[in-house]
Amino acid sequence: MAVLVFAESTEGKFKKTAFEVTSYGKKVAEQLGTNLVVLTVNADDITSLYGYGAEKVLKINNTSLATFNAKIYADVIKQAATKENAQVVIIDSSSNGTYLVPLVAVNLNAGLATNVVALPSSTSPFIVKRKSFSNKAFNNSEIKTAIKVIGLAKNSFGLKEQAVTGSEETFSPTLINSGVTSTSVDKSVGKVTIADADIVVSGGRGLKGPENWKMIEELAEVLGAATACSKPVSDLGWRPHSEHVGQTGKPVTSNLYIAIGISGAIQHLAGVNSSKVKVVINTDAEAPFFKAADYGVVGDAFEVVPKFIEKLKEFKAQNS
Amino acid sequence: MKVLVCISHVPDTTSKINFMDNDTKFDTNGVQYVINPHDEYSLTRAMWLKENQGATVTVVNVGNATTEPTLRKALAIGADDAIRVNAEPIDGFFVAKQLAEVVKNGEFDLVIAGRESIDYNGGMVPGMLAALLDFNFVNACIGFEINGNNVTATREIDGGKEVLATSLPTVIAGQKGIVEEKDLRIPNMRGIMTARSKPLSIVEPVAFDSTTATINFEKPAARGAVKLVSADNLAELVNLLHTEAKVI
Ligand SMILES: Cc1cc2nc3c(=O)[nH]c(=O)nc-3n(C[C@H](O)[C@H](O)[C@H](O)COP(=O)(O)OP(=O)(O)OC[C@H]3O[C@@H](n4cnc5c(N)ncnc54)[C@H](O)[C@@H]3O)c2cc1C
Repeated sequence: MAVLVFAESTEGKFKKTAFEVTSYGKKVAEQLGTNLVVLTVNADDITSLYGYGAEKVLKINNTSLATFNAKIYADVIKQAATKENAQVVIIDSSSNGTYLVPLVAVNLNAGLATNVVALPSSTSPFIVKRKSFSNKAFNNSEIKTAIKVIGLAKNSFGLKEQAVTGSEETFSPTLINSGVTSTSVDKSVGKVTIADADIVVSGGRGLKGPENWKMIEELAEVLGAATACSKPVSDLGWRPHSEHVGQTGKPVTSNLYIAIGISGAIQHLAGVNSSKVKVVINTDAEAPFFKAADYGVVGDAFEVVPKFIEKLKEFKAQNS
Repeated sequence: MKVLVCISHVPDTTSKINFMDNDTKFDTNGVQYVINPHDEYSLTRAMWLKENQGATVTVVNVGNATTEPTLRKALAIGADDAIRVNAEPIDGFFVAKQLAEVVKNGEFDLVIAGRESIDYNGGMVPGMLAALLDFNFVNACIGFEINGNNVTATREIDGGKEVLATSLPTVIAGQKGIVEEKDLRIPNMRGIMTARSKPLSIVEPVAFDSTTATINFEKPAARGAVKLVSADNLAELVNLLHTEAKVI
C-alpha cells in the first residue's frame, strides 16, 4: 500500500505545486499509516522532494516523455499506481494536472475529487473537502472506491517541510500510443503566470483603456506579480483573454490579489475569492469589492497606483 | 459529422448559494437555471460546424425533467435535437458513464463540452468521457478547426497555449476563446418557436454504482470588514501587507 503523488516538472525543474502535493501526500500517507511515493518525469534533481516527505521517488527518464501528453502520462501514472499498490493518487491543479486527472481516475476505476482544499477529515470513510459553487461553498465528499484520486487545489495546503531520508528508484513504464500530438507551444518567457504567481495585480474597466496598463505592469514588476484583468477588459480587447480571471476565466488562488478599477461583480469574485489576501483600489466606496477585500483604498487609481509603486520601491530598497 | 454538445444545467452566476436539509442539499428556492457558461461557448462553436460544415448538432443533459427548459434553450439557439438521460447527476463519473452510452448509441464523431460546470466545478466529465470511449481529448480548448478527419486544437496552458493535432473521434472541453464573447448566440424569437417542435428524447440511465457521495456542504467562514487605508498614506498599505498580512 502507498500514497502516490505526481510531481510535475517543466524543463527538469519542479513547480511549486510539486512540493505542495508532496507535502499533502506525506500527511495523507501518515493518516493512512503508509508510505509516500512520488513519481517524477525527467526531473533533474529529485533530492529536493525529500525535504517535503518523499520517502520514495519513482524516477522516469525518457525523452519520449519530454513533451507532456495527457493520455500517455495518465497511463504512466496508472502503471506507477498499480506497481506501488497505491490507495490514493494525488495530482496538482495545473493546466496539465487538470487535463490528466480525469483520465487517471478512469484508468484506475477510481472515484475522483478535484479542487480539494484540505486533508481528509476521515480516512474510513474517506472524506475530503472540495471547493464548489465557484468558491461560494465547500462540499465534503466521500470517495467510495478502493483507489481514490485527488486533484489538490493550488495554494490550498501550502508547502510543509518535513525532511525524510528518501530513496530513489528508476522506473521504466511502457508507453502507449496517443492520438494527440503537440505541434507547437507558445509560452511567454520570463513572465510570471497567473497559475504560478504568489501575487496577482488585476485591472478592470475603471482603467479606461489599454494605454493605461503601463502602471499595472509596473506595479506587477515591483511585486514580482502576474497581471490579470476582469472579463469586460478582455472582451474589449484591452488585454489578452489569457488574463481574464473570474468564474468564466482563470481561477486565482494567489497569496495576494490586488484589484484596481474592478467593481467586484459576483462572477469576478467567484474566481478570485480563494486568494488569501485581497486589496481593492476603487473610486467608488460602494463598489462590492470592498465587501470581499481585506484592505481597501478609496481613490483614483491614476493617483493611487503611482504612489503605491513609489512606496513599494522605498520598502524594497530598505528591505533588500 | 455528428456533433454532440454536453449541456450542464446550472444556477445562474448571480444565484445565492444556500443549502437545506442540514446542509446536505442545494437549496433551489428562487434559483434561476441557465446553460453552463462554458457550454454556451461550446454550443455556439457547434453552430458554426452546422452552418459551415454541414454537421448535425445534438445536445444532451443528464438530469431530471426540470432541466428540459435549459435543453429547449439550446434547441432555440440552433441545435437540431436533444437527449435527456433521465437521472440525477450523482457525480462526474456517473454523468460521464451515461454520456458514453449516448455517444456510442448515437455514433457521434465529435463531443464538445465545457471545461467545467460552475456548480460542482469538477472539471472531470469531458476527460472521463474521452477515457471511457477511448476518444482523443483536448482540455481547456480555446479554438479548434476540423478538416475531414483531422482536428487542430489549441489548449490553454499555464502561461501560454499549445497547439495539438488529433483526429476524430474527439472530445473537446471548451471555454471562452473557443468562440469570442461577441459571437455568443442567444435564442431569437424564431428559434424559440421552432425549438418547441424539435425532438427531445428521454433515455433511461444505465446502471452504475456511484464512486463518490456528497456528505454535506459548508459555506466559507464570514470574513472581517475591510480595513480602509487613506489614499494619502500608501506607506501604511505597504506596511500592513508586510507586517500584518505578511504577503510582501
Ligand atoms: C455568465 C457571466 C459570467 C461572467 N464571468 C466573469 C468573470 O469570469 N470575470 C469577470 O471579471 N467578470 C465576469 N462577468 C462580468 C461581471 O458581471 C462584471 O460585468 C465584470 O466583472 C465587471 O468588470 P469591471 O469590474 O472591470 O467593470 P465595472 O463593473 O465597469 O467596474 C469598474 C470599476 O472601476 C471603478 N473605477 C472607475 N474609474 C476608476 C478610477 N479612476 N480609479 C479606480 N477605480 C475606478 C468603478 O468605480 C467601478 O467599480 C460575468 C458575467 C456573466 C453574466
